[in-house]
Amino acid sequence: MTMSTTVRQQVLVLYLDTSALDSRVVGWARYDGTGATRPTTGDSDEPPYETGVAALEDGWRLFQAAQLVPPYPGMEHETSFLKHEFFFEKLVSGG
Amino acid sequence: MAHGFLRLDGIVPPEMNEEALAVFAAGPPSVPYGTPVPKAFPEGSFARRLVELPAVAGALESLVGPDPTVDHHFVHIREPREGSAQPLHGDAVIDLRPDAFDVQLMYYPQEVTAEMGGTLIVPGSHLRRTNESDTGRYQNLRGQTRLTCPAGTVVLLHHGIWHGGRRNDSDIVRHMYKIRFNPTVPQVRLWDTADLDAPAVREELGRGFPWYEQATGRLEILNRIRLWRALTGDPAFDIEYWATRIANRPAARRSQP
Repeated sequence: MTMSTTVRQQVLVLYLDTSALDSRVVGWARYDGTGATRPTTGDSDEPPYETGVAALEDGWRLFQAAQLVPPYPGMEHETSFLKHEFFFEKLVSGG
Repeated sequence: MAHGFLRLDGIVPPEMNEEALAVFAAGPPSVPYGTPVPKAFPEGSFARRLVELPAVAGALESLVGPDPTVDHHFVHIREPREGSAQPLHGDAVIDLRPDAFDVQLMYYPQEVTAEMGGTLIVPGSHLRRTNESDTGRYQNLRGQTRLTCPAGTVVLLHHGIWHGGRRNDSDIVRHMYKIRFNPTVPQVRLWDTADLDAPAVREELGRGFPWYEQATGRLEILNRIRLWRALTGDPAFDIEYWATRIANRPAARRSQP
């Protein structure tokens, strides 16, 4: 019998208080490549982790962090998207 | 001003809430963009009676002033167990007006339970310059409001606030009726300003929200100061010297004739 070696990606996006990975989580999103769960907008009031480092400690692997981009001239006081966005993954066997 | 929305729980009488679902089922009449309220909603119509409830009329006049126009109105329906939520969004398009804002009225004729997935509202998000659903990636933010409310609740929101209809995990169809109002007068001191100098006003304008990043939260207060200056006609208003400090340019003053 052939065992499937497919791995699927679970993605966790954390928005942090500052650009430091050990700062407080202010926002979060999850996407589940296994299809086992269907996270969506407004589905929880409490973050899965208190800080970005707490996610690392739980086995999430960081694969992208928002760059620090200076504001465009003339737009220094504008507020827009959350700045400190960190993407994590877990690779889950199955399929 | 700080929150970007005002919640009026259970202010619509039960008999109107009972009437509402039949009115919605029939479909509210089409209203051309920018129609004055009396023309958009004839005397005696459901919508007219709704906006003339004293608590609603008073709040609307304080925010958009007398004689607003109806931008548009719509009945939003979230079907039972539909499986998805709206992405977090701001309505219309990115809005750069520094001295005017529209108000959106959301009316809930039924009790909304957590399972029914009431509207998600992010307090203090209304001054962010983002376009419509570009914020869809943000599923949850600390301090967000997942609305649950008694029947007959009305929420009035700044046009720019981040919100979305949550997934309805119940067996009940959820209705929400929305009306967008445009001001026709300058929105300066339209409300009861007797307590304008009360410490609580400054305290409210300087408040943070749990989802604000530390640094950007300061910019939120700066932008509130600018809006408050416009709404009060007081160009010197400030909080913690944020706006005054960065406008102090002695050299520029000296070079003026």
